[in-house]
Amino acid sequence: MSIHSKLAGAVSGVAMLVGAFTVQAETLFWSTQARPAEEAQAMRTEVLGGFDGGVDYQPNEDGPWLTRLQAELQAGSGSIDLLGSLHGNFSAMNPDDLMDLSDLGVMSASDTFNDLAKLGTDSLHYMPWMQASYIMAANTEALQYLPEGADINALTYDQLIAWAANVEEATGQKKFGFPAGPKGLKHRFFQGYLYPSYTDGVVRTFASPEAVTAWEKFKELWSHTNPASTNFSFMQEQLLNGDAWIVFDHTSRLAQAFNERPDDFVAFPAPAGPTGRGFMPVLAGVAIPRTAPDAEGAKALLTYLMQPETQIATLKATNFFPVVEVELPDDLPPSVKAAGEAVARMSGSPDANPGLLPAGLGSMGGDFNRVYVDSFERIVLAGQPIEQVLEDQKKQLEKIMNETGAPCWAPDAPSEGACPVE
Amino acid sequence: MEARLLPYFLILPVTLFLCLFFLYPFALVAQQAFGTGNGFSLDNFREVVSYWKFPISMKNTFLLAAAVVPIQLALSLLMATMVTKMQKGRDLVLYIWTIPLGISDLAAGIIWLAIFEQSGFLNSMMVGLGVTDQPVSLLSYQTPWIVFLAIMLAEIWRATAIMLVILVAGIGLIPKEYYEAADVFGASRWKQFTRITLPLLRPSLQTALVLRVILAFEVFAVVAALGGTIFPVLMGEIYAYQFDLQNGGAAAALAIIVLIISIVFTLIIMRALRVPKGATI
Repeated sequence: MSIHSKLAGAVSGVAMLVGAFTVQAETLFWSTQARPAEEAQAMRTEVLGGFDGGVDYQPNEDGPWLTRLQAELQAGSGSIDLLGSLHGNFSAMNPDDLMDLSDLGVMSASDTFNDLAKLGTDSLHYMPWMQASYIMAANTEALQYLPEGADINALTYDQLIAWAANVEEATGQKKFGFPAGPKGLKHRFFQGYLYPSYTDGVVRTFASPEAVTAWEKFKELWSHTNPASTNFSFMQEQLLNGDAWIVFDHTSRLAQAFNERPDDFVAFPAPAGPTGRGFMPVLAGVAIPRTAPDAEGAKALLTYLMQPETQIATLKATNFFPVVEVELPDDLPPSVKAAGEAVARMSGSPDANPGLLPAGLGSMGGDFNRVYVDSFERIVLAGQPIEQVLEDQKKQLEKIMNETGAPCWAPDAPSEGACPVE
Repeated sequence: MEARLLPYFLILPVTLFLCLFFLYPFALVAQQAFGTGNGFSLDNFREVVSYWKFPISMKNTFLLAAAVVPIQLALSLLMATMVTKMQKGRDLVLYIWTIPLGISDLAAGIIWLAIFEQSGFLNSMMVGLGVTDQPVSLLSYQTPWIVFLAIMLAEIWRATAIMLVILVAGIGLIPKEYYEAADVFGASRWKQFTRITLPLLRPSLQTALVLRVILAFEVFAVVAALGGTIFPVLMGEIYAYQFDLQNGGAAAALAIIVLIISIVFTLIIMRALRVPKGATI
């Protein structure tokens, strides 16, 4: 090794050490949200740029996110200061692993969200951070095929099916798009939209005669659905490339379509069934793991995130809406306007039947989703008889409810003890 | 140092490395698979095996391996013999053929998805040539055989090169004298291939097949990209248990099942292609 390369090695070694120290001085924000490069960049500059201390914002897939967090918790020491994730991820954790945030002096404006964030205990274990929902979106070209007398802002499931059928008849293509891919959020459609709209329940009514009707209707809709839907996970892609004209998805998974070609698409509320217009919120939260090296810095950052200005910046960056009272400015991106209006119409409709996120399932949240996804795959994709599949899957659901003892949540009627599957 | 001990001393670093990064994690996985809180139990195995998708994903994984590996074996043998016969541009051709090796399997899956999806290259080509009036949905649950074919193609494209490089190296080791002797006795090219190349290629074939078969049982990203939810395979189920259901025990149990399958097939291949003791090139 020559003198030069030795020197170079020493210099780069020192540089790395210095680098390691500066990184350590920053608060590590370990998140599953705002993952796409543009959103992550907007989080860093637009949202976290205004925070006094340095923040190292690191978005990750759920898998790596959880693996590192669990490793740190098991080791009893860590480097993550602040966690950002969905309600489902936090509810799967042991509440004791997350610091009590009750005395921070900030809270969301929604009691429902604050209750969810207690994770079944008496104190706040994560802070509701931002919210979204699922809506429908359509290509404006599809509007001409709306069935007669149908109001796009007050559709029923029957009208939606008729609409999709009209489009298929006119274009020769199945243009309804459904996120049934591996990363698609199809289970939320069944839990928060189809079941509440047809059975006024999710768990109690899982195998009821009304549920059979719901699945029959869904099969009808599926017959006009683009069969490649089993590969669709972010419906904005299919809206933009024209593979689907009418779609259902998470507001932030439709945002790109509205932002790229705002005049080509419309957003509208989810359809209604015999028991109302079922819909469901998406709730993201921030939490501090018990192994956080700089809990004070994390608390400061958390408080900063809950400020109205920060919440509006977050909305612009991620398409997730504020959870505190804010005055929305006029210069919002098209996606936010479109989604905001659709969600407002959905929750303000006379037949609104809002559901809640599954609660109290702990680490069985994934198993709970699987009951609905499996029912879909067996009934719709494999064509198995509905009653038999529901009877079969009902046993799984009962097992999950009994093991976790989770009480019913809206729209199911409240229960004493574990929510029964009737 | 005593000459007797030197070999052991030399393999010590590798052994330590393997113990730390293979045996130790493996022991942890086994512990996770066989334990559910109170001692030894097979509950995790019972759970994964009784799940309705287990037989389907098992069948799919085996079917894919059975369809892909023989084609890859034939292709890579053909390509390897072609390459070794080349006088000029041999390296260039090898480089090009091995490009897919440098691409991650998810990227490979996405490349093929761009070809096969409804607004993909294949559809635009068919519409452009007037074969179909409008784009057809190829990767759909109604046409599982097209999905299977697409996955097969992507796998063959992606992973044939790994067998190819091993076989090219193996063929390079076969002394030219054998072929010269065969020529003298008037053996045809085919006879030379079956009587000289193939038998002397056994050790390389063994390595290539073992590697490829193990990889075939671990197929995941390509299938996830092209098959979506309609073509479940064992690896995809492991991922679902670990990350969707956060059920590490069940994921570990399924991983052990894949490991056992891999070991069984490795032993079969080693046995079938074993080089008789004392035989050398």
